[in-house]
Amino acid sequence: MKSKISRREFLLTGSKGLVSVTALPFLLKCSSGKLFTGEPEMSMQQSDFLKIFAVDENIINAVISTAMSKGGDYCDLFFEHSVGNSIRLEDGAVNRAGSNVDYGVGIRVLKGDQTGYSYSEEITPEAMKLAALTAASIANEPRKTIAPQALQPHQPPNYYPVTIPWEEVSIDRKVPLLQELSTYVFSLDPGIIKAGIHLTNASSHILVATSEGRITYDHRPMGLLSVSCTVERNGRREQNHESLSGRYGFEYFNRENAHRLADRMVTKTLRLFEAAQPRAGEMPVVLAAGSSGILLHEAIGHGMEADFNRKGVSIFADKLNKPVAKNFVTIVDNGTNPNIRGSLNIDDEGNDTAETRLVENGILRTYLHDRISAGHYQTAPTGSGRRQSFRFAPLPRMRNTYMLPGPHKKEEIIRSVKYGLYAESFTNGEVNIGAGDFTFYVKMGYLIEDGKITRPVKDINIIGNGPDVLSKVEMVADDFEMAEGGWTCGKAGQGVPVSMGLPTIKVSGITVGGEG
Amino acid sequence: MDRQERIDLAQWVLGKIIASGADQAAVSVLNNRVTELIHRDAQIDKLKESTGKSVYLQIYADSRYSEHGTNDLRKPALESFITEAVRATKYLSEDEYRALPDPQYYPRKMRLDLQLLDHDYNHYDTGQKVERIAQIEELARGGDSRVVSASAGFSDGIYESVRLHSNGFQGESRRTYFSESADVTVKDETGSLSGERYSARAHFLSDLPEARLIADTSVRRALWKIGQKQAPSGTYEMLVENLAAGKLVGLLTGAMKARVLQQKKSYLDGMLNKAVASPLLTVTDDPYIQKGLGSRFYDSDGIGAQMRVMINQGILRYYYIDNYYGRKLGQEPTAGDPSNLLIATGRRSVPEMLKDIKKGILITGFIGGNSNTTTGDFSFGIMGQLIENGQIVQPVNEMNISGNALSLWKSLVETGNDPHPYSSWKIPSLLFEGVDFSGS
Repeated sequence: MKSKISRREFLLTGSKGLVSVTALPFLLKCSSGKLFTGEPEMSMQQSDFLKIFAVDENIINAVISTAMSKGGDYCDLFFEHSVGNSIRLEDGAVNRAGSNVDYGVGIRVLKGDQTGYSYSEEITPEAMKLAALTAASIANEPRKTIAPQALQPHQPPNYYPVTIPWEEVSIDRKVPLLQELSTYVFSLDPGIIKAGIHLTNASSHILVATSEGRITYDHRPMGLLSVSCTVERNGRREQNHESLSGRYGFEYFNRENAHRLADRMVTKTLRLFEAAQPRAGEMPVVLAAGSSGILLHEAIGHGMEADFNRKGVSIFADKLNKPVAKNFVTIVDNGTNPNIRGSLNIDDEGNDTAETRLVENGILRTYLHDRISAGHYQTAPTGSGRRQSFRFAPLPRMRNTYMLPGPHKKEEIIRSVKYGLYAESFTNGEVNIGAGDFTFYVKMGYLIEDGKITRPVKDINIIGNGPDVLSKVEMVADDFEMAEGGWTCGKAGQGVPVSMGLPTIKVSGITVGGEG
Repeated sequence: MDRQERIDLAQWVLGKIIASGADQAAVSVLNNRVTELIHRDAQIDKLKESTGKSVYLQIYADSRYSEHGTNDLRKPALESFITEAVRATKYLSEDEYRALPDPQYYPRKMRLDLQLLDHDYNHYDTGQKVERIAQIEELARGGDSRVVSASAGFSDGIYESVRLHSNGFQGESRRTYFSESADVTVKDETGSLSGERYSARAHFLSDLPEARLIADTSVRRALWKIGQKQAPSGTYEMLVENLAAGKLVGLLTGAMKARVLQQKKSYLDGMLNKAVASPLLTVTDDPYIQKGLGSRFYDSDGIGAQMRVMINQGILRYYYIDNYYGRKLGQEPTAGDPSNLLIATGRRSVPEMLKDIKKGILITGFIGGNSNTTTGDFSFGIMGQLIENGQIVQPVNEMNISGNALSLWKSLVETGNDPHPYSSWKIPSLLFEGVDFSGS
C-alpha cells in the first residue's frame, strides 16, 4: 500500500463528464446539475448510464453473445467514463492544474478459473465485438455455448451522498480555498519555508452487465486534499504532509476541515525536530486510533484475499474457522461505510457490497471473494471484486478494513507499557503473502517509558509476521477512529482507493527499526 | 494508428490549443498494444490483449500552465476538451517560470538506432508465447518437491509516440518490451510458506533468458528462504545483492531532483561538488546504450539527452534538473530523471566478497520501509542470509536496517562485478560496513 504522496499527477479514477460526446465543461464545470441531491438512492437511472456510453440493451446483449461464442462460462462488460481534476499550490501560487479523461469498456470471459480479458477505448459495436472475440478465446468449446440471460436491472444503494457534486464546482471556486489555506499554514509557525497544497477530485460513471442477466451502475465521487510543509530551525529542516480523502463532494473540503488538516500537519512537523530514533529491537507497540489500521491491512487483510488462498500461497490458507486472536478481536472489511474512501455501492463485478467479517471474536471467518474465488470455494462473492479501471480484470481486494472497539481504555493501555513505542502517523506498508511478513512505516510516534508517553520518534520501519502479531494483540480500546487520509492499495499492478481504522490497541511485541 | 496519423493528430491538437488562446503548447500522442499471459496448473490462467491510444497536452497561456490527458479522441469531444482546458488555465496564478524549454536544449541528432524496437513484434503469435511460459511453469513446478505453487507470466507491448512543441521540437519514439517471470511458493516440513518471484525484461524477445534460468532462479531463491528467522540486533557488514540494490541507489537519485531541491526537501541541497558517498561510487547516466531499458533521445520535457557522470568517485557532479524547476533555481536543465544508470563495477562476485565477511548479512530483498528526502533518514525491512566467518549460516527475515543515506553511502567498501542485466539501472552487488540492523 502506498499513501498518496506518490500519486500520479492525474487520478485515473475520477469524476466524469457525462454527456459523452458533447462538450463536457469538465475542468471549469463538470456537466449538468441535478444528478446529486444527497438522497439515499442515486438519482441517476440506468437509462442515464446507457446514454453516457451510447449503448442499449440490444448492443450489450450482442457483445455478450459474441464473448460467449467460444464456450465461455460467464462474461461481464465493465463500462467506465472517468474524469479527474487536480490543482496544486506551490510557492504561494495556484500555478498548476490538470485533468484526465478515461473512457472505455473492459470485456471479461471466464472458463472455470481461467480468464480472458480485453478492453476497448472505442465504445462502438464493431470495436466491442473485436475485443469480445479476443476475450472469448480463453475458451475453445464453441459447441458448448451457454446462452446469455435476459438483462434484469439492479438499482444500487447510495453510500456516498454528496451535497455539492464536483460536477458543479468550477476551478474558480477551488483556487481561493487553496490560497486561503496556504496563508493559514504559513501563519502557524514562522519557521515554515515552504508549503504545498494539492486538491484532486474525480468521478466515475460505471455500468456493469453480465451474461447472468445482471445490469447495474454506479457513480463514484472522490475528493482528496493534501497539505505539506517544510520547516527550518537552526539550520535543520523537517518536512511532513497530511491528507483528507473520501467519497465526498466539495462540501467536505471546507475551510474548517482544511484548517483542521493544516493544524495537525504543522503540529506533527514541529514535533519532528524533537524526535529521535528509538532503540532498535522487539518491543511492545501501542497503535493510536485511526490510520494505525494499516496494521490490519498488511498483517491480515491481504492474506485474506481469496485469490491467494485459492492458490495456496497465503499464510492464512489453512486457518479458516481457527482462532487467530484473543476473543475481543473482531476485524471487518466493509464496502458500505458512508462516504469513506474504500466504499462502493457495487463492486467492479456489479455485486452488492457488505460488511465482511474477517475475524470474529478471535476466530478467522471469511475470505474476501471475487467471482472466481467464490466459485472455487462454492460460496457467495463478498462484493470485493475490484479493479483500477476498465483496463484491468477484477481481483479480490480490500475496501475499508478495521477492528471493532474492544473492552479497554487508551489510558490503561499506555500505563501497561514499561518501554515501548506509541505509533501515530504512517506513510506506507507492504506484505509478503507467503511468509506473512509485513511492514509499515511510522512517520512519527512517541516512546512510552514507565507507562507514560515521552519523547517523539520518527522515520521507523516496523516489521512483523501477520498471524504472530494478531496473536499478540493484548488490549483493544473503545476509542475507534477511521483513517481520514488518501490511502491507495497496490496489488498486481492495480491501485484502488481504500481506508482503514482502528481503536487504540497494544501488541505485546513487534520488531522496531532504530539505532543499533 | 500509424506514424502519419500520430503526427497529424498531434498537429491538429497543437493548432487547436494555440487557436484557443494559448501562447505555447506541447502535445504527445501515444498508442500501444499489449499482451499479458499467466500460466498456472498447466493451463492458461489469464489471457489479456488490448490496444490503447491517448493524447497528453501541456498548455502555456498568459504565463499560466496546466496539463491534461484523454483517451476520448472523438474529434468533437477532443475539441471541446481542448477549448475548456485552455479557458480554465487562465484562472490560475501567473508563474513567470512556466514556458517551453529554450530550443537550444532540444536534441540535435536523433538518427542513431538505439535498438529499442523488435521488428519481429507482430510475428510472435500467442501460441508461441504460451509455449514459452508453459515451459517456465512446468520447470518451476517440477523444480523441487517442496514447491506448492508455481505460475509463469509473459507480457509484451509496443509503444509508439510522437511529441510536438509549438516552438519547434518534434520527437518520436517506437519501442517494444518483453518480460517473463516465475512466481514460486515452497512449503517446508513445518508447514511454513516462502515465496519468490524472478523476472527479466528486454526490448527484444531474443534477449530474454532461457526458461530454465527464470524457473530455476525463482525456485532456488524461494528454497533459500526456508527456515528464515531473525538474527540478533546489532551492527553488521551488509552485502546487498544486485537485484535489491536499486532501493539504496534511489536514496541518492530521489534527492538529486530539482523539485525537491527547490522545495527545500533534499538532504543533498548544497552538496554539489562535495562528497556524498565513498570514493568507490561512480554513477553514470547514459541515455545512449543500445537496447538499454532507459535509453532515450529526450526526456519528458523534450530536453536532449546527454551522458553524464552524475557522481564521480563519491563527488556529486550533477543534479537532475528539469525545465521548470531549473528555471526556478536559475540552473540549466540536465534531465528530469534518470535514464540508464551505470554504477562502476568492482572485480569480485558475491561468493568471493562473502568469504571475507566475518559478521554480516547478505540482503536478497527489501520489504516496505521508507526514507525522508529532507534529512536522508531511512528505515527498510530486509530479507536475506546471515553470514559468519565467510559462510552463509542462516536465512533471516523480520529485520530492519535504519540510518542516514549520507553516512550509509560513505560506508560503501566494495562494488561487485555483477550488474543486473534486465534493468535500466545496471547496479552490481554492493558491500557496506557498520550498518545497524534491528532483529531479535
